[in-house]
Amino acid sequence: MLKVSTAPHMFTPQDTKSIMRDVVLALLPAACVGVFNFGLNALIVIISSVASCVMWEYLTVRYLFKKNSTINDFSAIITGLLLAFNLPATIPVWMILVGSFMAIVVGKMAFGGLGKNIFNPALVGRVFLFISFPVQMTMWMKPNWKDFLNTEIQTGATTLGILKHIDASSSATSLTYGNSDLSNIPDYWHMFIGYTGGCIGEVSALALLLGGIYLLHKRVITWHIPFYYLSSVFLITSVMWLITHDIKYDPLTHLLSGGLMLGAIFMATDYATTPMTQKGKIIFALGCGILTVIIRLYSAYPEGVSFAILIMNAFAPLIDKFYYTRVYGTRKK
Amino acid sequence: MNTFSQGGIHLEKYKVTADIPSKEAGLPEFVSIPVKQHIGTPAKILVKKGDKVKVGTLLADADGIVSADVHSSVSGEVVKVEETEGASGYFENMITIKVEGDEVEPEIDLSSDICSNIPENPQEIIEKIRKAGIVGMGGAGYPTPIKDTLPEGKKIDILIVNGIECEPWLTSDGRLMIEKAEEIVIGAKILNKLFGIQNAIIAIDENKPQAIEIINKITRRYVGVNVRVCKTKYPQGGEKQLIEAITGREVPSGKLPMDAGCLVQNVGTVFAVYEAVMKNKPLYERYVTVSGDMCKTPQTFKVRIGTPIRFLIEQCGGFDNNIAQVVLGGPMMGNSIIHMDAPITKISSGVLLLSNEISHRPEAMDCIRCSKCVDSCPMGLRPYLIGIYTRNHMLDELKDIHAQDCIECGCCAYICPSRIPLLDFCKLAKIELRNKKG
Repeated sequence: MLKVSTAPHMFTPQDTKSIMRDVVLALLPAACVGVFNFGLNALIVIISSVASCVMWEYLTVRYLFKKNSTINDFSAIITGLLLAFNLPATIPVWMILVGSFMAIVVGKMAFGGLGKNIFNPALVGRVFLFISFPVQMTMWMKPNWKDFLNTEIQTGATTLGILKHIDASSSATSLTYGNSDLSNIPDYWHMFIGYTGGCIGEVSALALLLGGIYLLHKRVITWHIPFYYLSSVFLITSVMWLITHDIKYDPLTHLLSGGLMLGAIFMATDYATTPMTQKGKIIFALGCGILTVIIRLYSAYPEGVSFAILIMNAFAPLIDKFYYTRVYGTRKK
Repeated sequence: MNTFSQGGIHLEKYKVTADIPSKEAGLPEFVSIPVKQHIGTPAKILVKKGDKVKVGTLLADADGIVSADVHSSVSGEVVKVEETEGASGYFENMITIKVEGDEVEPEIDLSSDICSNIPENPQEIIEKIRKAGIVGMGGAGYPTPIKDTLPEGKKIDILIVNGIECEPWLTSDGRLMIEKAEEIVIGAKILNKLFGIQNAIIAIDENKPQAIEIINKITRRYVGVNVRVCKTKYPQGGEKQLIEAITGREVPSGKLPMDAGCLVQNVGTVFAVYEAVMKNKPLYERYVTVSGDMCKTPQTFKVRIGTPIRFLIEQCGGFDNNIAQVVLGGPMMGNSIIHMDAPITKISSGVLLLSNEISHRPEAMDCIRCSKCVDSCPMGLRPYLIGIYTRNHMLDELKDIHAQDCIECGCCAYICPSRIPLLDFCKLAKIELRNKKG
């Protein structure tokens, strides 16, 4: 029996499912470093975050939308992984449940589900937790590769926290960041491989870059957003560093620490919440870069990637409206 | 390397028949020749049931300017002149001839000698092209004489001979270039003469080294014809993309290639021009590739127009239960067909037998805004937006985003990971826009 269909009669092997699977695979190296660093705690956070995201997605689709479940498209798993990557390993499980509810139900399903959300769901969850539970969200574990059951809380803070503290030495921040001084800043190599305190998935630039290269190779993402995001942060801090020679502007530290790599490679490249054209993506990435530097250096928060991306997410539809591809044959003479 | 500037995709080539010499398909028992194998008005039928015809006998006369003559491809007796089911199941007027012997009209020169003394008078050339019923053989089927007659005030300065075959599996143009290289070069010279220019460029994609080498060697002996190698990328063979690749110019939106000073002709058409002008041979046969992942012995054939598709498939190992689709043309832009007794026409470049694994289109999922359709569109359109606007009948918005400029190459639908039928939306948008205008 012959079938009849309209053209084209062949398709790329890449489909939504394979894209989502590739993203999950690309996140695995960073997950491994997280578990190496922070042991059992990190594993528990990752598993409970993924499980609760999938659960919320299933419940919403099944009982609110009354449709066939969409959990087999892997997207809730990605949100779960990304949310876990943005959490400290010591966070209690009930907070993860709240965060994943915000991420999936409020951040994604409220807008209509996959592809229709305006804000990156994992970041919505993270920022909600960050604002609601600032103490628990900034309790950093010391990395320890030898002891899987290690639960030692780092006395200092993350690299960016220390830099921030030097600047704003007084009251509020010292509660969070404890006794920090410059000697607590890890060297570049440790920051690169990820032997440092921080959120579970953001510590290792190396593991995140590996995942990014895999995504580029599989043509899941293009190089534009990560490149323009990272290089704009690097350039701005370089210029400031050259002018002031102040360590808090050190460009390599800014590149390797905090959520920048994770944000630039995995969050700012999220399909649904970024502009649709190359031109728009470049503007989006530059905006993220500028906002990240501004928030990191001039706001009360040490870390600016989540806010920067969320703010630019809000601009994505506007960017799409004004920057798009030039149609062939419309060149002005 | 020449190529177009935006979009495009890289396809699996599957050109298994590229190095296999073409074969005569032979004569079937019956041929059915449609009177409309071109864009425009159907030709007026001149024969009736019982008439004896020879190879090259005029069967139907061009009706008006946008039309083309239709000739018999076999000798024998006309047995039926009526509406017959075509390849896609639509009924169309066809002349069915029972094949008897292989007698050829006397003025046709069937020798394979190369003739290179081109007639001096452009009027004579255009008349011969008209009488041969030549249409664009790349797939569009636009009657060649109109394309070759420039309106008052228009001028072209470059003739591009399109030897790009960017669709997977198809090798009919590739084989033609290897086997009829000199004829194609002379054909380009003929068109040069017609337009009074000395600037014909034969564009070939880089995955045809043999054709590039042979034609390069020949063009050394002919002034005013040159070869340009283009990058292997889909849709490099699209008229607008090819013009940009070769000249850097763009055809203005809604205008014709001549508005960019260019004329693009498929190699098959140029070969037909050579045969018409130098050999008095009307267009009654063409190269057709029979291939596809379900084809047992793929082969490029020289086929008489009107030969039933079934006749060709049987010569390539026949049918089998695993064939899910039969496609006339390439897998990207061709039509899938249901009626195997339908004929090969002037514009059929290939018959592809495809498995379910290749051709299956799963149910569409929600758009994930991956932007691959935007990145792949060679026209710089935003297919996802065309899809949304078409679904909501937003005609003004469709016009604003130039939906009517879509060339229907299918890149967007090929690349979409959610398998959204974006090309169908684009086609629908174009139809709705046209209807609104009319």
